[in-house]
Amino acid sequence: MGFFALYILGSLVLSGAGLFFLLEKAMPGEDPLMVVSQYLIYWILGELFLRYFMQKLPVMDIKPFLTLPINKSDITHYILIRSGLSFYNFLTLFFFVPFVIVLIAKDYPVMPVLLWLISILGIVLSINYINFVINKSDKALIFVGTLILGLYAIGYFGLFPITTYLGNIFYALYEYPVLTLVPLGIALCTYLINYRFLRNRIFLDATLRKKTQEAVTSDLAWTKRFGTIAPFVQLDLKLIWRNKRTKMQAFISLAMILYGLIFYSTGDYGPTSTIFVFVGIFMTGMFLSNFGQFIPAWDSEYYSMMMSQNIPLRKYLESKVTLISLSIVVMFLLSIPYVYFGWQALAINFACAVYNFGVNIPVILFFGSFNKKRIDLTKSALGNMQGTSATQFLVLLPLMVVPCLIYLLLKSLVSFELAIGALCALGVVGIALRRPSMDFITRAYRKKKYAMVAGFKEKNS
Amino acid sequence: MINTTNLSKKYGNQTVLNIESLEIPKGQSFGLVGNNGAGKTTFFSLMLDLIQPTTGNITNNGIHVNTSEAWKPFTSAFIDESFLIGYLTPEEYFYFIGELRGANKADIDSLMANFDDFFHGEILGQKKFLRDLSKGNQKKAGIVGAFIGNPEVVILDEPFANLDPTTQIRLKAIIKDLANKQGVTILISSHDLIHVTEVCERIVVLNKGEIEKDIQTSAATLRELENFFAGRSTTEREMA
Repeated sequence: MGFFALYILGSLVLSGAGLFFLLEKAMPGEDPLMVVSQYLIYWILGELFLRYFMQKLPVMDIKPFLTLPINKSDITHYILIRSGLSFYNFLTLFFFVPFVIVLIAKDYPVMPVLLWLISILGIVLSINYINFVINKSDKALIFVGTLILGLYAIGYFGLFPITTYLGNIFYALYEYPVLTLVPLGIALCTYLINYRFLRNRIFLDATLRKKTQEAVTSDLAWTKRFGTIAPFVQLDLKLIWRNKRTKMQAFISLAMILYGLIFYSTGDYGPTSTIFVFVGIFMTGMFLSNFGQFIPAWDSEYYSMMMSQNIPLRKYLESKVTLISLSIVVMFLLSIPYVYFGWQALAINFACAVYNFGVNIPVILFFGSFNKKRIDLTKSALGNMQGTSATQFLVLLPLMVVPCLIYLLLKSLVSFELAIGALCALGVVGIALRRPSMDFITRAYRKKKYAMVAGFKEKNS
Repeated sequence: MINTTNLSKKYGNQTVLNIESLEIPKGQSFGLVGNNGAGKTTFFSLMLDLIQPTTGNITNNGIHVNTSEAWKPFTSAFIDESFLIGYLTPEEYFYFIGELRGANKADIDSLMANFDDFFHGEILGQKKFLRDLSKGNQKKAGIVGAFIGNPEVVILDEPFANLDPTTQIRLKAIIKDLANKQGVTILISSHDLIHVTEVCERIVVLNKGEIEKDIQTSAATLRELENFFAGRSTTEREMA
């Protein structure tokens, strides 16, 4: 947890501090605060959209208080105020506080800027409480989603200068400090709406009832072709599809296929830059690292059962390999359009896929044998770092950095073609050695079995 | 069927289990009773090779459980909720175990038909995942899962806890039937002395990791156990 959280907070602070200079450089002559104001609406809607998935009011936490001598209104205030102090709200502050500090350093008047920050705080809190209201219906989500797309489309096609208008409104918060009362007022109103809604529904059979989703089953007949590992592949697919955190990761992996656009579209790197190998490994291997690094912790809730049932460890691991291999193939196929940026892009992505296939799969599986931290699948999706430790991030380094180094070395010493060939060759060697490497990995898992069984039983670690 | 020799388990210098010798013949219904921390679950976990013995070993049908995995095909268990896969429906869970133990869907369906009244219409066809079932119903699914694939050894930890009275009675009938008619070796632990004396031919009392008593169940057993746990001197001690 600590490591990743620090990383996130660090990047937020840095980008918050750097934003002013970035905007000054990108749009010379414009007031950066005005630019920020213009895009504020996207941030608000985007955050609403994200929070819909990530943040729920933790009403279940108040169950233990119900039978204690505490007023129900106090309980309601407690849960709502606590949510105002949640991690998500502080994330935004980590971004805006450095930004405001830079503003003051750049001789913006202190009072209005500070009040602007307070307005932002009011907006964050409003988002926080509005989220709990829309959380109750999917329709609200679709509404927010279309609003984002709609606004973007209007701006993009130049139908109506909507961002300018909204920008002026948000900029007014800075120009007329007294308007700070408006976002604070909205925050208060949304708080009260939530309060009135919740106060009358603190009963076990109302708000506090656990929502159960109806199980939709399918027999996944197409997995039958995997033969003896079919039941495990099926299990893993259900694992991914039926649990929030894993489902989110699958979506993120798919979305990461766009990651390359950031580098390819700028065109500053030349067609064979090493950065593209990094991008290629990343895109074709996103699922590999996201899913692979927590093997076998995904199964931690029922690991004792897996270890005492009639399951050969080898089969269990092979099914994971199959699943990851499939993901690499899919991601490679999705990456084919990058050929638009030159045949080298295709060659690099192909070599990266082969390298991931042959080398990185066994490597990540091997590192999985060091996993001893439990993952509760029922816990929410994002911002959930359960099961993570610094090791997880150290593992990612060799996965990504080693192929880049090999490529860089061979390309600068010999040629692009040889560098690509070498990555492919390493991948092929890895595939050829699959049998002994799997033997080795299976032994590693067997040796760690007791530590895993014990570790996975420990909750709240 | 199951032989235990010089088995001990220590955490630091605290001994949680120490069994010099314990033999359980095939087809016996074997009950393990003892207070919390007596070592019941530790013993079962050792049998399933989920924890490592400090000394000694257990053989299951001649196979050393901590060196070979060959005991797995004929042994099944339900220890706690970590034997359930929460994101499967009960049906999917049973089919999955069936696949692991060489029983196809038709086998499972016909087996499940036998458990109709045990399930009491609350398990199958509910369109619910196991994680959304009540504790009692989860337990039912787990216990029945342990009966899949004609196991020769079945291990159930506290099977009666959390079950409603009707299901407790049905479970007792099922266990008796498996042991007496089908020759299945059944090991159960329980805090409920009445149930365990009713179901088990033999009862072993564990106390602080040691075998305190080893009783062939008779009409006097329940009284004897009650006296022991109440801390009263037993008739045996008086006679000695």
